[in-house]
Amino acid sequence: MVSLSDYLILSSIIFCIGLVGIFVNRTNIITLLMCVELILVAVNTNFVAFSHFLGNEAGQIFVFFILTVAAAEVAIGLAILTLLFRNCGSINVDVTNSLKW
Amino acid sequence: MNSEQIIFYILSFWFVASSLAMIFSRNAAKAVLFLVLAFFSAASIWILLEAEFLAITLILVYVGAVMVLFLFVIKMLNIDKSTLRAKFTGYLPLGLIVAAIIVAEMSLVLGDNQFGLDVFRFSSPTRHGADYSNITVLAMQLYTTYVYPFELAAVLLLIAIIAAIILVYRNDTSRKKQSISEQVNVQAKDRVRLVSITSPSKKGK
Repeated sequence: MVSLSDYLILSSIIFCIGLVGIFVNRTNIITLLMCVELILVAVNTNFVAFSHFLGNEAGQIFVFFILTVAAAEVAIGLAILTLLFRNCGSINVDVTNSLKW
Repeated sequence: MNSEQIIFYILSFWFVASSLAMIFSRNAAKAVLFLVLAFFSAASIWILLEAEFLAITLILVYVGAVMVLFLFVIKMLNIDKSTLRAKFTGYLPLGLIVAAIIVAEMSLVLGDNQFGLDVFRFSSPTRHGADYSNITVLAMQLYTTYVYPFELAAVLLLIAIIAAIILVYRNDTSRKKQSISEQVNVQAKDRVRLVSITSPSKKGK
């Protein structure tokens, strides 16, 4: 039988893969957003695992709300990305430094 | 090793492998497809954890809507592939060091000595029978205890829709639109013009 620690270690590995992805792809905003999605899925796996092993449905409800907020976040993020491309002609992070002091 | 463990390790392998392929793939569209595979593996693991509703929601909402949105944006924007990997190797060692430290710390905290099968007090959850409905249980909680956060989530989605539309709205001057003030302030002389012309039939007489 699979223990709780297996699920927790799996989600921590996925979390760190998302973190490495943010370090590696730091010039590409689209891949940064996808790495954030990966991190969110890792955290959601934690919630679902604890919900199953504790026999409490509140964790699954919380995952439901996290999915809602993440969908809204992606919609806004991609809208900002489209706007950025329209104004700067590029979505490279190094190009969009006009707010840098 | 029983069948549940075999299924879990196969799904975990695909989850980790597709996530790694996602972050190291040079093509953004391929990265999206690898992320779709990672989401399918995650949904399968959630089904193994008896969270059927959330697994199907993950596939429908994430794969069906969010990832398709990503693909649309990637195909719509002209991404210069050569500049994307300019600093690829510069930050890779730092990222690997941070990730290795986090994995080591989390494995120490979350390992078998804390949450293992014989240590963790709740570690043998009850497997529900075939008549157990995960959706019914979640809906009972969602529409009674958590009805107020549920409404707030709906409002949040509405705000996200409006904000996304406003952000990408391009004020196009060639579009025909109504000007109410001009319509109200119009006078009769602006609309009807009386001209006096000589009729051709009278002219003939």
